[in-house]
Amino acid sequence: MTIKGKAFVAGIYEHPTRKAEGIPIAQLHAEVAKGALEDAGLSIRDVDAYFCAGDAPGLGALAMADYLGLDARHVDNTETGGSSYIAHINHAAQAIAAGKCKVALITLAGKPRSGGAQPGKPPMAMLPPDAPFELPYRPTVLNIYAMCARRHMHEFGTTSEQLAWIKVAASQHAQHNPHAMLRDVVTVEDVVNSPVVADPLHRLDCCVISDGGGALVVVAPEIARQLSRPAVRVLGAGEAVKHLRGGEVDLTYSAGVWSAAKAFEEAGVARSDIKYASLYDSFTITVLMQIEDIGFCEKGAGGAFVADGNLISGVGRLPFNTDGGGLCSNHPGNRGGMTKILEAVRQLRGEAHPAVQVANCDLALAHGTGGFLGTRHGSATVIMERVA
Amino acid sequence: MNAQSNAAFSADRAMEPYWEAAANGKLLLSDCRGCGRVYYYPRPICPFCMSADTGWKEAEGGGTVYSWSVERRADPPYAIAFVTLDEGPTLLTNLVDHDFDSIAVGDRVKLRFEQRDERAVPVFVPDRDG
Repeated sequence: MTIKGKAFVAGIYEHPTRKAEGIPIAQLHAEVAKGALEDAGLSIRDVDAYFCAGDAPGLGALAMADYLGLDARHVDNTETGGSSYIAHINHAAQAIAAGKCKVALITLAGKPRSGGAQPGKPPMAMLPPDAPFELPYRPTVLNIYAMCARRHMHEFGTTSEQLAWIKVAASQHAQHNPHAMLRDVVTVEDVVNSPVVADPLHRLDCCVISDGGGALVVVAPEIARQLSRPAVRVLGAGEAVKHLRGGEVDLTYSAGVWSAAKAFEEAGVARSDIKYASLYDSFTITVLMQIEDIGFCEKGAGGAFVADGNLISGVGRLPFNTDGGGLCSNHPGNRGGMTKILEAVRQLRGEAHPAVQVANCDLALAHGTGGFLGTRHGSATVIMERVA
Repeated sequence: MNAQSNAAFSADRAMEPYWEAAANGKLLLSDCRGCGRVYYYPRPICPFCMSADTGWKEAEGGGTVYSWSVERRADPPYAIAFVTLDEGPTLLTNLVDHDFDSIAVGDRVKLRFEQRDERAVPVFVPDRDG
């Protein structure tokens, strides 16, 4: 069975907030669900499947189906960190193709910025088995990703200046997004002269911390035909997990090597056909490694590939994250996968900001990395096309 | 007591030799008799071949820095690293007694234990003879 052509993204919504003080996470989920359904021209009564990840309160789909008044006949709480929502599109398309549902709702919401921990979330029942052997050393998202950057520099000669170009490109795009947290255009010098937070990463190599959320509606072809919004068809998707392999550690590549290969095989398109790419951008190094792992360039050549504006829309060969991405716009719930899909859909609909809209954008990719790039993470890739 | 019953019923019990050795300044790696691989972090079922016939191998204590980072905003800053042991496995750890401005990938380091939250854990110091 393939999902190719079996499902369409019919509705999208991004929460405009970047700071949601006094608003519970369940309400943010409901607000983005309402937005995406209105965008699609559907109602909550049309929804028969619901997808969410670990950012949803309580038992996820159970708490949220109740809150939303959603009659779910198919649910999926797949949790692969920030890449979950890209995995959810894959799973929703599979469920639609198998006849399990026709209208799938996927939501994300979180508020790390205003400090609103997830009130309904019970404490973690048990620590993961790696915890006694890792937590004493105080790993952080920052220093674990930094070690990927350090190793990449060692093996391939990648430089801080090359990584900085990724932030520069994101800032060029973010200046046109009125909701972006960081709208000032920055230079390579600005990035490399910002304070080192965890060698070799600088403050401006990091994404923002923001509240917010987003939602998607994925539907069967017969539903899509009845709707008036531009149709975006799912062509292929892939998922994979990479970990520390019993101590056979290799930080130079991610699970994106496998998830992207699957997605391209299913979609039946070439890397060079992709007009726009949404790439997970928790840090600049995340983007660089994914570009190599997806196959937009050879392993080790990512530094040269991203330099000199090659990721800037209208300038370079691979326009990326034209909303400003996590590096400049938002990173709701510390989970960037949802916003990656949203901007890819906007590009395919021709609804990105005119200053960053890619001409004739008929084929786009969204890719995510969830968890910790340098220890254990889940990658997910989806390829979508505009239907003429 | 055989490794199989440990593996099946009590992960904590299976790790007791590891923590006892650590308290005595010794680093134990998991040693699989099924496939011959040495692996880390330790667990009673081999992640390479799923054999439950696993035991322990003591690390000699030498290693090489695979990657590292200094968390500069912490007070005081600290160095996290992946160190590749001479026995093969690479483990997450801290570099201590290091000049944080002169660490390099490939540096030789040697094992020491430090007390963290009532447990002795392996960390690494510069190996100036290595």
